[in-house]
Amino acid sequence: MSLLIGALTIGFILSLLALGVYISFRIFDFADITAEGSITLGAAVTSILLVSGWSPIAATALGFVAGMAAGSVTGILAMQFQINRLLSGIITMTALYSVNLRIMGRSNIPLLNERTLMSQVEKLAQRRFSAPNVPLFGWEVGVRDLAILLFVPAFIVAVCILLFLFFRTSLGAAMRATGDNAQMIRALGADDRNMVILGLALSNGLVALSGSMLAQYQGFADVQMGIGMVVWGLASVIIGEALVGTRQLGFAITGAVMGSVLFRLLVAVALRWGLNPNDLKLITAAFVFAALILPLILRKIPEWKRRLARA
Amino acid sequence: MLEIENVCKTFHQGTAHEVRALQGLDLHIDRGSFTIVIGTNGSGKSTLLNAVAGTFLVDRGRLRIDGKDVTLWPECRRASLLGRVFQNPFSGTAPNLTIAENLALASRRGGSRGLGPLVSSRLRRRLRDVVSELKMGLEDRLDTPIGTLSGGQRQALTLLMATWQKPDLLLLDEHTAALDPKSAEQVVALSEQVIARDRLTTLMVTHSMQQAARLGDRLLMMHRGKILLDLGGAQKKRVRPEELVARFEDVRRADLLDESAAEMLARCYV
Repeated sequence: MSLLIGALTIGFILSLLALGVYISFRIFDFADITAEGSITLGAAVTSILLVSGWSPIAATALGFVAGMAAGSVTGILAMQFQINRLLSGIITMTALYSVNLRIMGRSNIPLLNERTLMSQVEKLAQRRFSAPNVPLFGWEVGVRDLAILLFVPAFIVAVCILLFLFFRTSLGAAMRATGDNAQMIRALGADDRNMVILGLALSNGLVALSGSMLAQYQGFADVQMGIGMVVWGLASVIIGEALVGTRQLGFAITGAVMGSVLFRLLVAVALRWGLNPNDLKLITAAFVFAALILPLILRKIPEWKRRLARA
Repeated sequence: MLEIENVCKTFHQGTAHEVRALQGLDLHIDRGSFTIVIGTNGSGKSTLLNAVAGTFLVDRGRLRIDGKDVTLWPECRRASLLGRVFQNPFSGTAPNLTIAENLALASRRGGSRGLGPLVSSRLRRRLRDVVSELKMGLEDRLDTPIGTLSGGQRQALTLLMATWQKPDLLLLDEHTAALDPKSAEQVVALSEQVIARDRLTTLMVTHSMQQAARLGDRLLMMHRGKILLDLGGAQKKRVRPEELVARFEDVRRADLLDESAAEMLARCYV
């Protein structure tokens, strides 16, 4: 049960990553790999601030801001200096590795004894329940796990609503239109370059927020924690699209969250069945590869059938 | 209204693909004039429109719109003065945004884009009215993504978008060339109607000699980055498609003459 709760919680936390990837990859069609560095950046900034005694809310918020700055750098490289988009992301990501080490001062910061968002939530819950465990559907569940499992989704839902509302404002819609048709948005008087920079800032802000919350949940920040995260996020987005479709903004946002949670559950089940954790990234990559070529294969099937029939 | 002075533009300068698209072009267009631009392929007529729109900055010369020197303005800044419809019906609209969202974005052309809602209920009512005037049945599909519509419908909506905020200058770049004949006719009729109603200063590039002869009150014929023929007033009224075709034929012959003369000279002297 606690395995399931853990998977659900991490799934929700990483849905922020999925939302960030959704914004860059799907809304702006910008293969932004900065996320690998910015998720760690969020974790690093928040952790170091928590260790120095900042309030968890301020530390988390600054993690988000740091991610926005990282995203803007990639955006400026790609749009103002016309550097290849993938390369812009790689440059920022590489630079972030050193930046993260500088911020953290070492490769790993433990947070087990610090005041974090999660420990605050736990404290609130303990005031309500006196026992360390509560029964849930016949299982004994830790109060801490349960409280966090209630808090994190509530937080994610709030972020999703804000995001949905934002993309329906004039500015947000202009950003969506930029990804759709940059020529049109220039003809309507918006600077498409600034729109992309702002979009990447938002995307990486969300990714960093995800890292910040992940560090507070798992109790440490590690400089390696970002490796493979873009593909994780992409896998979640793809699963979400398969679940609810892509046409409408609201569906796409919900889909990214659902995809992330479902993906984490699948991973938890696979690990439970004895999958070697070291193989996880290979399998994720293979999954994304399969999902990306699936539409092509589906299109080709009638053609193959006709060839077979003729042969 | 629009003043173009000695404008030059060369693409791929210094390479084998060098194209001298505009070669010292001068043009003054009065307020309220509906000017048609025709020309052979590669004559620079689309380049002229793009130079005005700011797709690129010109190499030399000056551009003024409504008294403002826009020579160095980027494309998105000039958009506050210009309405544009492109040849490709997909260029003017964002396919994943709804009809209402596309039009609402256009209603803020050149204005600020803040955190207010894009489509207010008041704007929505106006959108319905304006869209229903198209008589395409789109007023009940305001929340459909625009990508699901036909090219003709999208081009009609692009025209509405370009003229929603009355532009100082309307640029139509062969905006019916990619449409089927019936849609093209509808879009032309709509363009005429809007231009006449709002007395819009218009610069329209076209391939169709019928459109060139029938529409507008001034006709420019371009060739090799310059204006070869400039008909206004009564002359423009009298002109017929056949005459325009004949003029093109003349130009073509003169070109051939150039080449054969060069060849002859080369044979004699080189």
